[in-house]
Amino acid sequence: MIQIESVTKRYPDGTTAVDDLSLDIPDGSITVLVGPSGCGKTTTLRMVNRMVEPTSGRILLDGSDITEQPVNALRRSMGYVIQNAGLFQHRTIVDNIATVPRMLGWDRRKARERARELMGRVGLDEALAKRYPYQLSGGQQQRVGVARALAADPPVLLMDEPFSAVDPIVRKSLQAELLRIQQELGKTIVFVTHDIDEAIRIGDMIAVMRTGGRLAQFAPPQELLSSPADEFVEDFLGTDRGIRRLSFFTSDGLALERGPVVAVDAGAEQVARATAAGAPYLLLTDADGKPLGWVAPQDAAGGADKVAVGSLLPYGRPFAAGRESLRDALDCAVLSPTGWAVAVDEQGAVAGVVSQEAIGAAIRSAHAGQREDGPAVPVRTTKAEVAT
Amino acid sequence: MSGPGFFDIPSDLQNSYLGLVGLHVEEALIPVAIGLAVALPLGQLCVRFSWLYPPVLWITTVLYAIPSLAFFIFLIDYTGATRTTVMIPLTVYSLVLLVPAFVDGVRSVPQETLSAAKAMGFGPVQRYLKVQLPIAVPAIIAGLRVAVASSISLVSIGALIGNQGALGNLLQDAILYHRSNLALNSVLTTAVLAVLLDIALVLLRMALTPWMPRSGRAARRAARDAAVEPAGRAALEDASV
Amino acid sequence: MSIFQFISDFFRDSAHWHGQDGIPHRVLEHLGYSFMALGIAAGLALPVGLVTGHTGRGGNALALIATAARALPSYGLLVLMFFWLGIGLTPVMIPLVALAVPPILLTSYEAMRTVDPAPVDAARGMGMGPAAVLFQVELPVALPLILSGLRSAAIQVVSTTAIAATVSLGGLGRFVIDGLYQRNYETVVGGATLIAGLALAMIALFWLVGRVAVSPGVRGGR
Repeated sequence: MIQIESVTKRYPDGTTAVDDLSLDIPDGSITVLVGPSGCGKTTTLRMVNRMVEPTSGRILLDGSDITEQPVNALRRSMGYVIQNAGLFQHRTIVDNIATVPRMLGWDRRKARERARELMGRVGLDEALAKRYPYQLSGGQQQRVGVARALAADPPVLLMDEPFSAVDPIVRKSLQAELLRIQQELGKTIVFVTHDIDEAIRIGDMIAVMRTGGRLAQFAPPQELLSSPADEFVEDFLGTDRGIRRLSFFTSDGLALERGPVVAVDAGAEQVARATAAGAPYLLLTDADGKPLGWVAPQDAAGGADKVAVGSLLPYGRPFAAGRESLRDALDCAVLSPTGWAVAVDEQGAVAGVVSQEAIGAAIRSAHAGQREDGPAVPVRTTKAEVAT
Repeated sequence: MSGPGFFDIPSDLQNSYLGLVGLHVEEALIPVAIGLAVALPLGQLCVRFSWLYPPVLWITTVLYAIPSLAFFIFLIDYTGATRTTVMIPLTVYSLVLLVPAFVDGVRSVPQETLSAAKAMGFGPVQRYLKVQLPIAVPAIIAGLRVAVASSISLVSIGALIGNQGALGNLLQDAILYHRSNLALNSVLTTAVLAVLLDIALVLLRMALTPWMPRSGRAARRAARDAAVEPAGRAALEDASV
Repeated sequence: MSIFQFISDFFRDSAHWHGQDGIPHRVLEHLGYSFMALGIAAGLALPVGLVTGHTGRGGNALALIATAARALPSYGLLVLMFFWLGIGLTPVMIPLVALAVPPILLTSYEAMRTVDPAPVDAARGMGMGPAAVLFQVELPVALPLILSGLRSAAIQVVSTTAIAATVSLGGLGRFVIDGLYQRNYETVVGGATLIAGLALAMIALFWLVGRVAVSPGVRGGR
């Protein structure tokens, strides 16, 4: 555990970067420091590996003061990833990744072997090993940066706005990759960003900092969204925090209806039974149970097999029942031309359909449940999927 | 104090002190002026047809590497031991310094600036005169500063090919008559000339580019550009292809 | 007789290939003076340029020194030193070193200034000591610009070493100065050709050094 104990950083010119900050960063999880520019989040991170020395206060790593060991030994025990990756342009990718193992005295062959192994782990083609940084895209360079930080298998990973300089699509895939790696490795990660969405997407714990270097709130993301500590945090979270908070409720509890679902070869009788379920539209599925599209009951009265597939209303993007969150379910329903969301199972077959009203009811009961039982359990297993 | 004074010039030079100064400035600056006059259109060609720039840069690098003394000697066969022989190599050196200075200066004009000028309805000629040339001025002046300083210094070497070195001729006479004062006079006068002309060029840049910072980073950059001219430029350019 | 005839006559004359006044001996002398001056200049200017560039202070002072040094005429300085110090290596070294210092100083300063700070930060954060950061991260990236400064200096020094002969020293300038004195145009042109050839050889030398010493990642990355 990294314990930051009433740490203050004041510069000679009088500006206070970090003001009496105390924070317990839990092991094996991702703690995000987030806030507007000038809030001291990067300074805080850099004090953990002593790139910046605090003016007062102390930082403990597993119970002992970080100033007790030689500074370079400390840094070698912590992976460090920065914006734009900061790769060594005169070294090949594999040698960039092997930097810390080489400093720790590994022989060249072993260090390179380890580097190649890591390339696979961060999703880089091994064919890139002998390339130089300038030959890689920004996203690839950032993956190299992560691999380089992981090379000596440090228990702690410090990441300073690592994904800020890449475009949103690449950023999303890097975030997903980080969550995947974290599931495998379980590092203690301190992650700095100014992007609250990124913080919510990847953080197990989020420290919101305000200008002047003070902590505004330290909480898990769903708690941050449900009960921001003050107006500053509320503002910083943005206007749609209610919607974003739905990411943390599973779609497990949704009452999926099978009634309005009919196979494409269903006769008039089956259609009549489905119509009786009372839904305004029927969902047609193919022989494997995969969705084809919506049809009004009167148009299918003569039997589903008489309906031309081309005339069906599109079913939009279905959500994965149980594995995706209520936010995804609501999004599907809002985007659907019929106002009903389509839930599919792992094979892509229709598990059922659900109306906006039913989702609304689920949201209300989820909120109620949370108020009674304290913070809802985060949908940890779905986090990686949320990010993809 | 007996003997000739500091500013007494031996009669074999057939000139007064001020006459030598004038001659020195003339022999140094005419080549720079011709060099500039050729460099502007040639540089513009290199900007227009960018494939032309790398070969031009390599030719200039090679020409610049030819020692002045050797250059003078090769020319004696054609132009004799005259002032022309001294001024031709100096013209070539100036040209060689100014072409890359101009091209880099013009290239430093951001593409958005040119697009903006285009969008505002500037024609190609107006764009060149009102946008590209003014923004390239600092780089051109930086090139001129090196060209003038090296020209002033190299004129003296003309003394070796038969008293064509203006103030440099004093050096020959200093050795001939064992008058160290003449050597000191030559060095000091040449150095003062170089410094004065350098100051004049800095003032000229300030007058032409009131939007530029007066010192600091820009000045250092110009100084570095000057120091690596033109061989270093070619090396950097080479690295990019 | 054309200049090329002179050149070919000069190189064909077997007398020019032996002894004290032979081409090989004069070339070695010339290179000896040049590299000695270059070595002294690099020894003075490189550490200063690298350190000031690393810390980022004193850039304007360096620019001033360079401008002042450029104003000093090499030939005049040589003759003056000859008067003050007599015949010897020192009066030759002073103007040559003064000539070589500014380009080395300025380019090494600027080379360090323009090193991307991100990899340096990353290296420190990974636990690299200051010396390792300098030699393993900053210098490899700064090398092309440093080499270009050394090359400029080398070309100018090799060219200017020729005037050492005017104060009774050796080197390829001997052919030119003696030839001018004896009105032996063949020797003059031959010597000039050798000096020009040597200066051009510096371009080739530094091109080679760049190929070998500069990482392809740096060359391609610019």
